[in-house]
Amino acid sequence: MLNVITGVHGAGTPPVTNSYESIATVTVGAGGSGTISFTSIPSTYKHLQIRATVLESNDGVMGFRFGNGSIDSGNNYTIHELYGTGSSASAYAATAQNNIGINYNYSASPLSSAPSVAVVDILDYANTSKNKTLRALCGVDYNGSGYVRLDSGLWLSTAAINAIDIVAYSGKTFNQYSSFALYGIKG
Amino acid sequence: MASTYEPIATTTLGSGQGLVTFASIPATYTDLRLVYTGTGSATIPFALQFNNDTGSNYSYTLLYGTGSSAASTRGTSQTEGYVGNVWTDQNTIIVDIMNYSNTTTYKTQISRANSAGNRVAAWVNLWRSTAAINKIDITATGGGSYQTGSTFTLYGIKAA
Repeated sequence: MLNVITGVHGAGTPPVTNSYESIATVTVGAGGSGTISFTSIPSTYKHLQIRATVLESNDGVMGFRFGNGSIDSGNNYTIHELYGTGSSASAYAATAQNNIGINYNYSASPLSSAPSVAVVDILDYANTSKNKTLRALCGVDYNGSGYVRLDSGLWLSTAAINAIDIVAYSGKTFNQYSSFALYGIKG
Repeated sequence: MASTYEPIATTTLGSGQGLVTFASIPATYTDLRLVYTGTGSATIPFALQFNNDTGSNYSYTLLYGTGSSAASTRGTSQTEGYVGNVWTDQNTIIVDIMNYSNTTTYKTQISRANSAGNRVAAWVNLWRSTAAINKIDITATGGGSYQTGSTFTLYGIKAA
């Protein structure tokens, strides 16, 4: 376990072979996509990680929703953010949300080829005794604008997660070449 | 399933160095992760240059806390990509270089940089190039150096 922790979280010790595995990857094609879905997620890992490179059609966050079978789109999520805009550091929190909104993309991006990125950890996702937590490091830079963010979120459910939806903000779309990769980390 | 998180190369310094290079990086992974632990000769940047590009093609946004305040700054049209700072006490920096081998988009990196005696920080850096990254130079500009015992490890992460 120690090798897994230090390997994933950065002390330089490589993890034991096959303790960090790719589960599925979605790459958005021409025409874009409003929702990215991971389903039938096996319960055999300890934690999940999603690594995303995102080009989005309009301003807004990308929202995480979880489910066991069906996705929970009720107001059962809370969020906290700490972010820097390049000129100031700010914080934000909200309760009773219908998704965990992380990351942020600018509409008509000043640099349309500059993707935002996010590394998202979903901890102890298959546990049926705890509510589920998410943490994310994300950001984008456009050579004169952009932000960097630390996000945390809570799903108020003890159900094991076997489905994840990632939703573009307010009916918008993730553009072609956006990619979302789901990994499982064994404990 | 195949192993997806693999060490590519590690460098441990036997003497102070102002430049550490990872070259001939294979294009077979999805993302790269660079992990650093060590000390600096002074307060020095942890800056990246890709594929020998020394042009003004890098920019960053930074969020940091010093223990007494939180702040955010930005650098535009830089000749290096800043993803951390190194102090004379022990530091750790983890840099995720996302989708590094694609030839369609610019390259974005995200990092956490920690020095318990100085600050905690998060950085995002952009390299304005659609070229696949096959070389990384890590530079301590301004005449400083990464000290003996500092380690730099490059990992490849491969998506399905």
